[in-house]
Amino acid sequence: MSTDVILFLGLAAVAIGAALGMLFSRNAVYSALFLILNFATVAVFYLLLGAPFIAMAQVTVYAGAIMVLFLFVIMLLGAEELRKRGKLGWQQPLALLLGFVLVAETAYLVFVRGDLVSQIVPAAADYGTPKDIGILLFDNYMLPFQVVAVLLLVAMIGAIVLTKDDRKIERKTSEEKA
Amino acid sequence: MDIAVLIEWIAKSAILIFILLTGFAYTTYYERRLLALIQNRVGPNRAGPFGLLQPVADGVKLIFKEELTPAGAYKAIFLLSPILTMVPALVIMAVVPWGESINLFGREIFLGLTDINVGVLYLLSIASISVYGIVLAGWSSNNKYAMLGGIRSSAQMISYELALGLAFVPSIMMAGSLSLLDIVRQQGDGFYLWSLLGIIEGGQTGGWFIFTIPGLFGAAIFYIAMLAEVNRAPFDMPEAEQELTAGYHTEYSGMKFALFFMGEYIKMIAVSAIFSTLFLGGFSGPGVYESTIPFMGITIGPWPILGPIYLGLKIVASLGLMIWIRATFPRLRYDRLMGFGWKVLLPLALANVFLTAIWVIIFQGFTG
Repeated sequence: MSTDVILFLGLAAVAIGAALGMLFSRNAVYSALFLILNFATVAVFYLLLGAPFIAMAQVTVYAGAIMVLFLFVIMLLGAEELRKRGKLGWQQPLALLLGFVLVAETAYLVFVRGDLVSQIVPAAADYGTPKDIGILLFDNYMLPFQVVAVLLLVAMIGAIVLTKDDRKIERKTSEEKA
Repeated sequence: MDIAVLIEWIAKSAILIFILLTGFAYTTYYERRLLALIQNRVGPNRAGPFGLLQPVADGVKLIFKEELTPAGAYKAIFLLSPILTMVPALVIMAVVPWGESINLFGREIFLGLTDINVGVLYLLSIASISVYGIVLAGWSSNNKYAMLGGIRSSAQMISYELALGLAFVPSIMMAGSLSLLDIVRQQGDGFYLWSLLGIIEGGQTGGWFIFTIPGLFGAAIFYIAMLAEVNRAPFDMPEAEQELTAGYHTEYSGMKFALFFMGEYIKMIAVSAIFSTLFLGGFSGPGVYESTIPFMGITIGPWPILGPIYLGLKIVASLGLMIWIRATFPRLRYDRLMGFGWKVLLPLALANVFLTAIWVIIFQGFTG
């Protein structure tokens, strides 16, 4: 076995373990930490696949920015401990069924169709360099890129407006009236 | 994999960690002596000649201290968070180059662990996960002061990370690369004033980036943001003793406390190294590359072994400035700190990106 395969199997075990830990831990902070571990492992997978840019983006955006905010909210709300019995009624059997279907589908693809690994062509050494991604974004995909930027800006302004203190606005309008 | 390559990597990593740990010990000594000098005191001078063995004495003291775990603490996380603070501080140095390649034992050895084409993004991603140690330490301690300290400092680090990331941009744009080695190479051969005047041969752009206008703004923003990022005065909010006892590490003692302490000082060294690399020409200096001394016409170099020495000197200078700032400025009030980060530093950093774009087009020409 090559080192890549050993590395992949070890990382896969960590990733699956972290995902299960996230699902089954009763403490929301532990769940968040397991999710961070999972994201970090996925980032290493990207590195193995020869996509360092996406790996770094994964760590910065998901493991760094988003999960810090998650952790923040959990801590500030004091919602760490989950109640003993959740209000999951009909969802549980459905989730089990759908999960089983997913596993069956994957197993079918891997074992019946077979030999998927040999069909994968390794990426070129300079594939997905920051320069290439930049040129693609600002050349071929200029318009979608700009639209996404505007969408994100709108979402950000929306979040700020929604959390703005209403009393201040009211006071201002009443002052204007007077 | 070639076994020699493996040995080389392990040796280089071990040396880097050794340098950082020794550097940490002597940064504390440096800080105490310099602070004493500024405040007209003597400082630690009892252990060894000039007090040089003081860090050793401190280390021994911390090892023999009792370790306490508060009642009601989340034990696993309480144990994990000093490690989570320490590890990013160490691994962030992996992409900082210490020099060009040298020949040793018949092998070409690159001074520095690695040079990746997403080096700057690596710095950002490690900076973004270094918050966890502090916030988890505060949360797991089961102590109100620690909790508040942890939340304060993570809010502060998240806020200043944006300005920090944008302050990287001038160097990236002027060098045209995300690799730190390329950024250093773009900053010339060390005779920076010479290259600043534009009298360099071969058409190579040169000069430290701090001597360009966007680079100067970028360096100023970076330095302020990095002080906040490593929780140094005047942004040492998490350790505001009067308000929060000792902030996130209130409940920590013994070696666990020492790890936080170590993490903070190693982070200081790391951000100083990054600052030097991005704006002060990194490891380059007179003689690192083959270069001609201005007005004398003597050709010197290339001596790549000088690289680590120059970088070390720049780090020491940057650390000195940090300590000087600590001795000079009072701590900011918390709301002003956040306001400064979001309302002043971030817009300035954004404007500086525009300025850099204009600068690059004027002086380096538009390359499509």
